[in-house]
Amino acid sequence: MKKVSRVVAVAAASSVVLAGCSGGGPGGGSGKISDGKIVLGVLTDESGPYAELAGKGAVEAVKMAVEDYKAQYGSKAVTQKIDVVDADTQNKPDVANTKAAELYDRQQADVVLDVPNSAAALSVATQAKNHKKLYIDISAASTALHGASCNKYTFQYAYDTRMLAYGTGTAVTKNGAKNWYIVYPDYAFGQDMQKSFTAAVGTAGGTVQAHDPTPFPGQDFSTYLLKAKSASPKPDVLGIMQAGGDLQNLVKQYNSFKLADAGIPMAVGLMTLTDIHSLGPDAFAGVEFTDPWYWNFDATNRAWADKFQARTGKRPTFVDAANYSAALQYLKTVQTAGTDASDSVVKGLEGAKVDDLFGRGGTIRAADHLLVHDAYLAKVKPAAQVSTDWDYEQIVQTIPGDQAFAPAAESGCKL
Amino acid sequence: MTNFLEQVFNGLVSGSFYALLALGLAVIFGILGVVNFAHGAFYMLGAFGSWLALDKAGIGFWPALLLVPLALGLFGALLERIAVSRLASLDPLYNFLLTFGVTLVLQDLVVRFYGVGSQPYSAPKELQGTISLGLFDYPKYQAFVLVAALVVCSAVWLAFTRTRVGMVVRAATERPDVARALGVDVRRWIAPVFGFGIWLAGLSGVLAAPMRSVNPLMGSDLVITVFAVVVIGGLGSVSGAVIAGFALGLIEALGELYAPFLAQVLVFVVMAAVLLWRPAGLFGRQEVRA
Repeated sequence: MKKVSRVVAVAAASSVVLAGCSGGGPGGGSGKISDGKIVLGVLTDESGPYAELAGKGAVEAVKMAVEDYKAQYGSKAVTQKIDVVDADTQNKPDVANTKAAELYDRQQADVVLDVPNSAAALSVATQAKNHKKLYIDISAASTALHGASCNKYTFQYAYDTRMLAYGTGTAVTKNGAKNWYIVYPDYAFGQDMQKSFTAAVGTAGGTVQAHDPTPFPGQDFSTYLLKAKSASPKPDVLGIMQAGGDLQNLVKQYNSFKLADAGIPMAVGLMTLTDIHSLGPDAFAGVEFTDPWYWNFDATNRAWADKFQARTGKRPTFVDAANYSAALQYLKTVQTAGTDASDSVVKGLEGAKVDDLFGRGGTIRAADHLLVHDAYLAKVKPAAQVSTDWDYEQIVQTIPGDQAFAPAAESGCKL
Repeated sequence: MTNFLEQVFNGLVSGSFYALLALGLAVIFGILGVVNFAHGAFYMLGAFGSWLALDKAGIGFWPALLLVPLALGLFGALLERIAVSRLASLDPLYNFLLTFGVTLVLQDLVVRFYGVGSQPYSAPKELQGTISLGLFDYPKYQAFVLVAALVVCSAVWLAFTRTRVGMVVRAATERPDVARALGVDVRRWIAPVFGFGIWLAGLSGVLAAPMRSVNPLMGSDLVITVFAVVVIGGLGSVSGAVIAGFALGLIEALGELYAPFLAQVLVFVVMAAVLLWRPAGLFGRQEVRA
């Protein structure tokens, strides 16, 4: 037994030396790849409220990244054995926690991707830390993931609440809506959003005259809508921080109480392509919001979106695109490092420049593991202007990454 | 003052849904002693059914308002015959588990075929826009829901108190053992009453479709509150369910207006207070144990 372990130790040591000699260039030896293969685990919500936003689409996007990686490097790829496995969190933090441990331990996942719901994502981040394996968050927006709860093995790749608030809060305030009335769902995400928006509006020279917490999940928001409508002074804009089903309930009722006609337009904190698709663009027409990525932004995005649609039958959300980009970035980093050993990959990702269809002008900040990239201020088109299916957004403005995201010094992350 | 009145209306509109759903739950509980956990799922199917009818068959809101609840009611009666009745002689917990299972099956079937997202559904043309109520303008559709709920509840009340069939059903619902002792064949009425309860859930679902998000989870979000309403009204009490439904909608709306920080828990605070004061609910009768 002792002999065997010594042999293994020698082999491991020599492979490290070899990797050093070859200068991290592409090498075939599978000894540097743990278990002889790379396993990408997509842990996502496949049956809960975020299944449309992430779910199977995200899994498919990661598979596309693996194919593109293999096509790009061919026989020079660090290994040909790359598996994509997925697991369903059912949008429950406890399930996410168990599944993450299972992915790392039993399925030999080298990296876990996605995980919608900030509470679930935070528990997966802890699992990553304990297992010393990578976790790249896509769907969860809490700033804590690259702030107070950051750790060496966790990365935040797509967006955070500060980015959503900064883009929309600043733009809408600067366009003349100085006086905000905010409604937010009374749980961690909503409270985070409310604080971020209040800060962004204040910096842009506006004020938040009132902010009402609403029950979560909520069925009927008419009380809050009428409160806002009859508030004095009349608010310039209604800031809506609800997401998913709550957002749709609220918007339906917003429209029937005619707040827009009363001169109170809405600004939505977190809105996704699937939300607009669900209610139809007319329900949201004219609403401005911040989008981390949009499929019909330019030819590059469109080309990828076409491939994605051919496989899934729908247009990709920003979550799909970010999963693709993160998986590809991970594989490229492994390629350069010549190994999938976590510490080397973390080192490779820190400070890495990302410039693909998702991370335009992006850098993964070494200080807090946040991908800083361009975001977009988008406006929902009225149905009459929607020429092709799913083409609901008009990009009003590109927000450079260093403005969209808070500086690293403010994150409060100690790695 | 106008503002206050508008909020009262809002409360009554959301109370309409509570009342209709709680009424259905109350009659089912009364006649079977079963807490029908699947009530929320049938509410969801009501809303989903109207979307499906429009999307697949071009059937609009008005026909859907008749057809969808009817179809669901028949399905409910069938479910009672096939499954619920077989467990009726056992501990009520078995039927609670059964209806919970039915909820999961129905919800997951909808998710399987149509995904978790919301489906678009808007009010019929006649009910779009607002109507003037003297002091303020109110959305026509919301006003319609309130009127519809009041009409249905009054019709049920009339049928229960003024017709022979109604009185038999009420006797079978509120005092099944006494009714049985007086020679009423209670068993005959179980399937129709169960179906009627489901019909009410389906009807609320159709009414909800134009003003709420139509998604597979819409019922499970709501059903907990409706349980609280039934408990407040008194389990098995038909008038209690309706009154508690409207009252709770009202309390919730005014609570949101004056004490927003309480909004999340208000229903349960009210429930706890009522149970402390009257353990059988506002209109429930005390169980007499032999």
